[in-house]
Parts: sequence; C-alpha cells; structure tokens
Amino acid sequence: MGRPSLLLASLAVVSTMLAACGGSAPATTATDGPVTITLVAYDSFPTKDTALNTALATFTAQTDITVNIVTAGDAGTMVTKAELTAGNPEGDVMWGVDNTLLSAATDGKIFTDAPTMVDFGDVCVNYDIAWFQQHELTPPVTLDDLIKPEYKDLLVVENPAASSPGLAFLLATIAASGEGGWQTYWESLTANGVEVAESWDSAYYERFSGSAGSTGDKPLVVSYGSSPPAEVVFADPPRTDAPTGVAAGTCFRQIEYAGVLRGTKHPEAARRLVQFLTTPAFQQELPLTLFVYPANKAVALPAVFQQFAVVPTDPYTLEPADIAAHREQWQDEWNEIVLR
Amino acid sequence: MAGRVERDRAALNRLPRWAVPALAALPAVGLALFFAYPVGTLLARVLHPGSVSDVLHAPGLTRVLWFTVWQAVVSTVLTLVVGFAPAYVLARYRFIGRRAVLAVVTVPFMLPTVVVGAAFVALLPDNWHGTARAVVVAHVFFNIAVVVRLLGSMWAVVPEGITAAARTLGASPWQLLRHVVLPLLRPGLWASATVVFLFTFTSFGTVRLLGGPANTTLEVEIARRATQLGDVDGAAVLSVLQLLILAAVVWWSSRFQRRTAVQLPGAPSLRRPRSREQRRLVGTVVAATTIVMATPLVVMVSRSFRLGDRWSLAAWRTLGRTEVRPGVSLGVDPLASLFVSLRFAALAALLSVVIGGLAALAIGSARRHGRLLDVGLMLPLGTSAVTIGLGILIAFDTAPIDWRAQWWLIPVGHALVATPFVVRALVPVLRAIPAEQRSAAAVLGASPWRAWWAVDVRRISAPLAGAVGLAAAISLGEFGATTFLTRSGRETLPIAIARLLSRAGETPRAQGFALATMLLAATALIIVTAESRVFGEGGVLDARGA
Repeated sequence: MGRPSLLLASLAVVSTMLAACGGSAPATTATDGPVTITLVAYDSFPTKDTALNTALATFTAQTDITVNIVTAGDAGTMVTKAELTAGNPEGDVMWGVDNTLLSAATDGKIFTDAPTMVDFGDVCVNYDIAWFQQHELTPPVTLDDLIKPEYKDLLVVENPAASSPGLAFLLATIAASGEGGWQTYWESLTANGVEVAESWDSAYYERFSGSAGSTGDKPLVVSYGSSPPAEVVFADPPRTDAPTGVAAGTCFRQIEYAGVLRGTKHPEAARRLVQFLTTPAFQQELPLTLFVYPANKAVALPAVFQQFAVVPTDPYTLEPADIAAHREQWQDEWNEIVLR
Repeated sequence: MAGRVERDRAALNRLPRWAVPALAALPAVGLALFFAYPVGTLLARVLHPGSVSDVLHAPGLTRVLWFTVWQAVVSTVLTLVVGFAPAYVLARYRFIGRRAVLAVVTVPFMLPTVVVGAAFVALLPDNWHGTARAVVVAHVFFNIAVVVRLLGSMWAVVPEGITAAARTLGASPWQLLRHVVLPLLRPGLWASATVVFLFTFTSFGTVRLLGGPANTTLEVEIARRATQLGDVDGAAVLSVLQLLILAAVVWWSSRFQRRTAVQLPGAPSLRRPRSREQRRLVGTVVAATTIVMATPLVVMVSRSFRLGDRWSLAAWRTLGRTEVRPGVSLGVDPLASLFVSLRFAALAALLSVVIGGLAALAIGSARRHGRLLDVGLMLPLGTSAVTIGLGILIAFDTAPIDWRAQWWLIPVGHALVATPFVVRALVPVLRAIPAEQRSAAAVLGASPWRAWWAVDVRRISAPLAGAVGLAAAISLGEFGATTFLTRSGRETLPIAIARLLSRAGETPRAQGFALATMLLAATALIIVTAESRVFGEGGVLDARGA
C-alpha cells in the first residue's frame, strides 16, 4: 500500500513547492536607457518581416525602446487573457481590442488610460461581380435588399457565435432594425434561404462563388470591405479589376484600439509606443499588411484601396456597452430563429 | 483470470517496492506541474457556486450535451467497425507499399483540421453541409488511424498457431472471429475505443467546420464562452463537467482493459498473403482504404497548384521568401515555420517518449495503482485546450516561474497531447508479456532488475521507437493547444497555414495549401521512417527483436 501514497505524495510535494514559488514576487525597477517592452497582439499581427515591423524598427532606432511582439490568439481570446491577467499583464501594450470587445477592456481593469483608436474596418456583404453580370441582376446594396425575392438563396453568412464577421453582421442588422425588430428581419432572411457557415474561410472559400478559384455557388457573402482590394493585391499575375464588390449599405464598422496595459513596468516607454502606433510612419503600412484603414486621417490610402475598397459614409455601429450587455442573449435568440 | 496473473507476478522475481514510484516520479511530476497545477489554479480562481448553477441551468446545455454524447458514441462505434479490416490487414500481412498505406491512413489524424477539413468540405455533397452526419463521417475519417495503430499493435501479436488450430478444429470464419480473435483483441478494442471516444467527445475543429450552428459540442461551447463571451467562469464549469465525464469513461475502460488483458507469447511477424482468398482480401481492403483516405489529401495537395482557375507553380516558387507579392508581406516565412515545427517536434517527441516510456513501465509493473497514473496521463486529452491555455497563463505568471510566452511551453503542450499515445501503444504490449517469461528469467538466475530489463524493457524497445515517430508527427500537426498559448517568435507550421488560409486573395490561399502539403510530406516521412529505416523493418508492428 506504500505505492499510491508515495505517488500522491510526490504530486503533493510538487504542488506545494510551486505554490510557495508563486508567493514570492521579485522587486522590479524601471530602468533608464535601452528597454525592451512587449506588444501583445492578435494572431494575424505579423511578428516579423513586414513593413509594420520595419516601422517598429525605426521606432527602436529613434528611442532605444525595443519592441518584442507576442501573439495571444484571436481578438476574443486576447481580451479574455488580458482580463485574467489584469494588473499583472503579459506585456506592456496591447494592440487590436475592437469595439465588439471593448466594453470588457475599458472598465479600468485592463488599461491604465482610455485606449487609443488605431485603425478601423468594415464587415460588409460582398458580391460576385461576374455572377450578377451573367444573370443580368443588379447586386444588392442595403440590408433590406437581401430579403427581396430576387436575391433568394444567394447569401451565405457566418455563425455569430463562432465567427467575428458573423457577429458583426448580426450587429449591423440589430443596429438597422432595432432591438425589437431584428428578429423579424432574420425570420425574413431565413425564409429567403440564407445559408450559415461556421467560419469566414468556409463561407468565403467553399460557399461564395466570387473568391478566386472557389467552387462555391453563392454569389453573396458576409466578408470585409477590404476583401476586393485583397483579391487584387494577391492575384498573380496582377489584375487591374476586382472580381468582387461591396454592398455599401450592409456594413458594420469595427474599430480597433491600442493601449498601455495596467501593471506595466515600463509605463513611459509603453506610452511612447502607443503614441508611435498612431503616427503616419506606422499607420501608412496598415492597409497592405492588416487590410484595415488607418485611424490617422493624415495618411493617404494606397491606390488599390482608393480604387476597390468601399468605405461606407454611414456604416452601422453599436455602443460597446450595449454589445457587451446583450451579446450572449442576441446569439441565443439568433440560434432559436435560424434553427427554428 | 486477472487474479491468477497477479499471483503469478507476485510469486517470482518481484521488483523492490520502491521501483514503481521511482519509475512513476518523473511522469507524475510533469503531469502535476504542467497539467494539474495550471488547471487547478484556474479552477480555484474562477469556480463559484453561483456560476455552477447558472451554467448548468443555461438554456441549450442539454442539447449540447446530448449532441456531444451521441455523436461521440456513434463515431466511436463506426470508427471501430470501419477500421477493423484495415487494422487486420496492415498488422498481419506483408505487401508492397504497406508502409505507404499506413502513412496515408495515419496522416489525416495528425494534420490539423483546418488543413484537411477544407478539402473534406469540398468533397461533401451540398446538402451535407452543417449536418450531424457530416461530423460523424469526418470523425471516422480522422480517427481510423487510432484503430489501425492501437488495435493493430494488439493484432500483430495474436499467434498464428491459435487461429490455425481453431480452423483445424472446424471453426467457421465467424466462430473464429467471435470466440477466438475478438476475445484476444479485447484490450486493443477497449484502448482504441477509449481514445476515439475522447477525441470525438472533445472534437473542436471538425465540429466547428462541419457541424453547423445546430450541432455543437461541449468543447466548442467552452471555447465560445471563454473567447467570445469572456465568460471564463462558465467555461470552467463546463470544462470540469467534461473532465468528470471523460475521467469516468477512461477509469471504467482502463478497468476493462486490465481485466481483459491476455498473455500472448508471440513474436509478431508479417506474412505474405498466400491463398487466392487472402490476396483478394488484402487487395480489396488496401485499395478501398487508400482511395477513401487519400482523396481529401489529393484535393488538398492539388489546391497548392491552383491559382484562381488556373494551374500554377507560383505558390511553390514563393515558399522561400516572406513576400507574397513583391513589396507585400503578411509576415509568414514558410520555410522558417517548417524548421520551427521540426525543432518543436523533436523536443516534444523526446519529452513524451521519456515520460511515456517511464510511465508505461511503471504502469506495467504496478499492481492495482498503475491505473492512477494511466488515467492521469490521459486527462489532458479530455481537458479543453482553452482551459489548459488559460491555466498556464495564470499559474506561471510570477517570477521565478513567469513562463508566459516562453517558447518551450509549446513543445511541452505538444508532449502533454502525445504522451498518452506513447503510453497507450506500450501498456498493452507490456501486459501481454507472459508471467512465465519473467519466472523463466528468475529460474535461470537473473536478478529481478536484470529480468525486468531483459523482458519488459526490451519488449517495448521496438514499439517505443515507433512511438518516437508518432509523438513527433502529433507535435508537427498540433493546432488546438498551440492556439491558446501566448506565443513569441516564429509561428509553427499549422499556425502559419491557418494565417495564410484566413486571408482573402488567391496567392496566400495557394501558399497555405503548399505549406499544408509540406506538413503532409514531413508527417508522412516521419511516420514511414519511424516504421522502418531507423528502427527495423515493420517498426511498431514488428517487434521481432523483443
């Protein structure tokens, strides 16, 4: 009978040792001179080899502040982690909290000050230009168009519980029809044959007909306002026209923020980095690396964005606090409507 | 029967009492440090009585639980049925291309779902999208490898003589199967059923990709709560629920595995199909298996040569550099990611083979209490990846163990996933060693340690070598646990692929599939090599040296 107790004992000893280790926090001091700070970002933020990283290198050259980038998962995972580690953060600056997650981030727990807007983008219905030409049909423009009989069985959207563009599109319909009216809108959309995919990639590449080389047969998909320029930029050989267009009246505005994490050991250096993230030197590289628009109005867009991206003048949006308060309930209600 | 085995072992040549704890120490410490401590820390932080009742009364939970359970049961049963014939043929017969078929069967299990899943979706009929049957079919496809491996390693040691004798005595093929083969295979059947059940119960990628909004597993719901709703409390409650269910299943099944353990003296050997019947059987099974398993892989590979509507080598030509187009970069360096992944795979394989090998020997030599370690090492497979990721985040957050974003946490995470496979591959082999072999060693004058070395350790050396490849391949393709760890530096291959595939535009897409093809090739190469060159012909299934 000695065996199990030994085994358990070894487990217990290790846990106790670790618990003891966890108790002792080291004294840390902010140092002058060269410092290294950590930028926490979502997965699609490049850690190396892009124009954004080159811009960060010039920041280091000017300030003696080295920026180490860590990626924490998708934006939702990143914010959850930041909440769990509030006060003892994984890094000094966080990039990319958006307005659908912002409420959790701005209740004073995560950031030292109100975070700064760094970029924005839109989630919009994209259409397959060739398909609509072949069928001699005008592409839809507004959310109300999508429930018209001529667009029956043409649209594929993402599940708002599983995908961030899916959630943004649901939020667009809630902003458009109000908290009491969006359910009716979705009943009509369901009756008009909307298809639900679980992720952006399966909607855009497997179901949508407009993406290059796709096998899909749906000419309408919920994607980004910047997807058409991406199709142009990443075509090989280069093309001069976009295969897809954007229904400008269906867009939800996503705004991303960056801020200094509460508990940083280098608050001054962190603040300087956040400031740098809003300067033209950094902002001008955003469109062609992250496919978002610079928050800094002084920065000109690349030609391919001016030509093919649609920046709606009056996109739908909702208050972050409103989104945080109702998100789960909206997702549950949406489930009931779409699954019946 | 089990009781007699215990007495036999007790009678002669027992290792000293401290032997088992000594063998078990390292695995137990590793498990405590990187699994029990982080998960325990997270649960201690966020579990409240209030959140427990909230979550358990949440609308829709019954539906999620019901779907999780039934699809796992159906997927497991179907996987066993479908995998039975390939497991038999690959374990018993020698034929040209056997190792290649083994690789084709194994690769889908190793590759991340994001990679093969996309090809799988393309092959499904349109009206299958978002259905439960699509999920079940995909689960069978991905998990056949488990049955071929675990059942196969058992089948390989069923002595030819027993089945031949039964046939001579007039047993029909059905009687032979029912009364001779199945009882002998029972531990292998339990082992593979348990692993397939664990994997399908906790299925995330496949369900996300194919299930549609109506078909959600507990694992998907846990991730949704933690990452979309910011409800870590609720996620933790569900994670505990899932862990309790799976721990009960694993405990129960390990009891059956022990009870049904049979002693087989056999040195396994592969033979050529001789009679026309045998040749027909081998031919049919191999052809059917290869076609079914290879088609999605072929679709995947072909996509790396597609650019829009044309065939093109562009994606392959640009693999060596970070620019997708001159002047435009997404920051993915394909070849660098491959090297990162290979380095992690080597480390994870080393860790899991050492830990898993020690654990298997401890479990094999222990009497009743080996199960504690056995089940404990399986638990990480039943724990939601997001729970482990968040646990590590808050457990190792203070110096001197501020290990967040340490690069080596990723191979450690991979080893957590791979170790149970190493253990599962070795324990049945150890349990099949007849007590007489140890007794014989004692009679011939060997000390207990010498006998243990000559019998137990040598018996697992060949399967252990195969396990190195298995663990390395698991690490190469690991995606779920990696995504929830905070990472610095270069991404692993699966993460790089996911980043490329989540972009609009034909070039990143084709590059993503080119990288996936490289992952496929690396995984297949590791499997084939582990099976043959390095470790002797036949590898895992050929333990003739033992």
